[in-house]
Amino acid sequence: MVGGTGALAALSWDKEGLAAQQSAEGQRVIKDFRVPPRSDLPSMAVAKRGADPTALTRAAIDALGGMGRFIKKGDTVAIKPNIGWDRAPIHAANTNPEVVAAVVRAAYEAGAKHVVVTDFSCNEPQRSFQRSGIWKAAYDAGAEIVLPADHQFTTLRMRGVVLDEWPVLRPLVDSDKVINIPIAKHHSLAKFTGAMKNWYGLIGGRRNRLHQDIHTSIADLATFMRPTLTIIDGVRVLLRNGPQGGNVDDTKEMNTVIATVDEVAGDAYACELIGEKADRIDYIRQGHQRGIGTMDLRKIDIREV
Amino acid sequence: MTQHDGAMMQPGPTDQSSGVPRSSPVEVDDEGRVHLVQQRDADDGVEAADDGGAGSGAKGRKKPSSPPKQPRKGILALRWVRRISQGTFLALFLFLLFQTTFRGHFASDPSATVRLPWTVEAFFYFDPFAALITFLSTFTVYRGMLWALVVVALTLVFGRVFCGWICPMGTINHILGWLLPSRKGKGGKRIAANRTHPVRQRVKYYLLYASMAAALAGSVVGGVLDPIALLVRSLGLSVLPAGQYLMARLHENTAQSDLGFVVTLGDGLNYVFSRAVWPSSQFHYHWGWVLGALFVAVMFMNRIIPRFWCRVLCPLGALLGLLSRFALFGLVKRHDKCTDCNLCLLHCQGADSPQGGVKWRQDECHMCLNCESACPEDVLEFKFLPGRESTITKPDTVRRTALATTAAGLAAIPLLRASGDFGPNFHAKRIRPPGSVDEMDFLDRCVRCGECMKVCPNNALHPALGEAGLEGLWTPILIPRIGYCEESCVLCGQVCPTGAIRRFTEKERRGEQGQPLIKMGTAFYDFGRCLPWAMQIPCIVCEEFCPTSPKAIWVEKVEVPLRESKHGDDGTPPAMTTVALQRPRVDPSLCIGCGACEKVCPVIDEPAITVSSVGESRSKTNVILLQERADS
Repeated sequence: MVGGTGALAALSWDKEGLAAQQSAEGQRVIKDFRVPPRSDLPSMAVAKRGADPTALTRAAIDALGGMGRFIKKGDTVAIKPNIGWDRAPIHAANTNPEVVAAVVRAAYEAGAKHVVVTDFSCNEPQRSFQRSGIWKAAYDAGAEIVLPADHQFTTLRMRGVVLDEWPVLRPLVDSDKVINIPIAKHHSLAKFTGAMKNWYGLIGGRRNRLHQDIHTSIADLATFMRPTLTIIDGVRVLLRNGPQGGNVDDTKEMNTVIATVDEVAGDAYACELIGEKADRIDYIRQGHQRGIGTMDLRKIDIREV
Repeated sequence: MTQHDGAMMQPGPTDQSSGVPRSSPVEVDDEGRVHLVQQRDADDGVEAADDGGAGSGAKGRKKPSSPPKQPRKGILALRWVRRISQGTFLALFLFLLFQTTFRGHFASDPSATVRLPWTVEAFFYFDPFAALITFLSTFTVYRGMLWALVVVALTLVFGRVFCGWICPMGTINHILGWLLPSRKGKGGKRIAANRTHPVRQRVKYYLLYASMAAALAGSVVGGVLDPIALLVRSLGLSVLPAGQYLMARLHENTAQSDLGFVVTLGDGLNYVFSRAVWPSSQFHYHWGWVLGALFVAVMFMNRIIPRFWCRVLCPLGALLGLLSRFALFGLVKRHDKCTDCNLCLLHCQGADSPQGGVKWRQDECHMCLNCESACPEDVLEFKFLPGRESTITKPDTVRRTALATTAAGLAAIPLLRASGDFGPNFHAKRIRPPGSVDEMDFLDRCVRCGECMKVCPNNALHPALGEAGLEGLWTPILIPRIGYCEESCVLCGQVCPTGAIRRFTEKERRGEQGQPLIKMGTAFYDFGRCLPWAMQIPCIVCEEFCPTSPKAIWVEKVEVPLRESKHGDDGTPPAMTTVALQRPRVDPSLCIGCGACEKVCPVIDEPAITVSSVGESRSKTNVILLQERADS
């Protein structure tokens, strides 16, 4: 009895307490999901002809060289649309479901083995996934929809300027390729939300503190997560009262879809869809300064279709 | 107990029979107990004077039949039907309870309104007690409550079959009453516990009368004792969340296991439970543990007295007991055949005296049919239009106590209404669900069923403990710090069975159908805690989450001085700079009191913006503004 108790105590002896264990956690940093650059193909494509979201998405991706440029046969692809809010597609608070479905189909056609669609919503996730239309559209296109839940998060270190250890949505970082599909919207604090800000949906925990230095936070997130491809939904944009909206009068049909490998340039172009200017938006400037991309649209190869 | 040879006793005050004919072998004494008249020429050699038997009076102990007589095949089959019925209704109840939450689906049409696929509150529609007390308080029968007449009709024909065959609370108590009592003493204790104990079995009638009186006085506080409400509250708001917590901790451990099959098993179980049983995330209910503890206590009582709840406390059982006197189906006994083996009492559910030698208590019997199935002497027979000579059909209550409890129920409500927390000093945090009726009408209708609190997808509604006064115990209130009210959601109104929360649509909620916007209250800033106001730190998460359009939270843009957090590099004091801030304010005419702002405010210990009930659209008096600003 005494021997057994002694042995058990010896085996579970913890000399240093909790702090010593925790430093070992959160060491893993995620991989860079970008594919090698191609000088023969444009960095950004803007599809403006017509009003059909599926056709616009296809045109934009094809102008960049087709999905085959990004997806290899057998890849696991994680798609991160904006499914933040409990709103219907007409309110332009979430990504257009037809755009999401078009990207899912294009990924499968390029040979993807498995496509996952997920996001960490701000409102209640089931309502947001359902009312945005993305749940149904992505499912019909054959994707696996992952609803965010506590056990889907793992703590990682970002080593940013203001963001370090944060819970991260695992399906988005455990895949081979990542595609970012934001919607272009007004945002009351940041002025504009597009590709870089869409990475809010990657993290969990106490996100409501990021607003205290929102521009640096966004730049940190965009430094941490380098996606394979970014498709910016500008079919119906939110001009005012963002990021939630709620009044159809605040939206406007711009019938544009942007496909790009440079998130900073994508945001610099897309903010003009809601009437903003890139040099007024601090996180775009920070992204440019950190070298994540360029905000000078004259310096990159843009194809308009 | 003296034996009266051949002499007939006059029927006593509790004797319900119309007089026993002279030629009958039974006679009734003035306690209402039935005696076998002793025959000098005994037919099977039993000594008349032999009173060595324990128990029922002076009649001699008969020799048990050998082999024991088989009960009717029909009764044994019917008992199985009863068991299947209990199981089915319990399963149905649990299924509806698990479905009382929003379960989104990939196939759902996104433009359709969000509704639950099942009528999850169905059990309340069939609940005559809930229907009765809401009828007494409002003099109306709300919507589906008319279905309660089906159960009333069933009881008028068959007696308390609802208790024995349908009620899920009854079934759970039945199972625990069989499982929990100690096996020591080979059932002697159980038999003793299953004898009729009039004193405690009267309590439920007094509780019924008090509830009815309180309802007449304007409060359906009796809903606290409704068995279906008790089950939904206890299981939905306490037991299930606790189970979810436990499973989450187990899942954390299995997910880290080195054994592959453990991980798969853990993941699989967790998947099944999260899709079919639990709501989408861990819910926390305000003082939920009290509900769980009370439930465990009531369930535990089954160890001492099987079906304790049903026999002693249930006002629905009492109501059905009052109605069962008219039942066409009942029990007859052949007292002369009884050998006092007490096998009928061993598993008697209602403690209604099935044994020979005493009168059967029709108002207590749950029609479980265990007695006839167990009797080895053919004493008992359930049949249509039984004779009533040895039946007590009316509840055995003491008139004075009944009047006293009725008076207490009537008096309690005015007493409570005359105290501060109903009058001017009402609790500011008594924030009611959207679509609720005015507080007086609310207390007339809310039977504390717990459906709204269970269904709310954001865990925003909670059972009040003191916030609505003693009378408002376990009525729903909004606690935004735990969960906010989703602006596009209407589910609480869909599930309320009594109309305390009206059934409203998304358009009505937004004031688009001609009625005013539905507001639950108003949000107020604490400028001493709000980051842009008190600490020169940019924020406005509240404005971002405000769901109204136009937003009820608007911002003032200012440029203000800010002191750096660090000393200068050469030791100089911290420099002064400026920072551009957006300082939020509330427009009370637009604020709907949903609490999204309070929920997301980063100052999470005591949020810098909190919601209070003032400005609620359901009240004519609990308002601040003179006039709503004219909106488009």
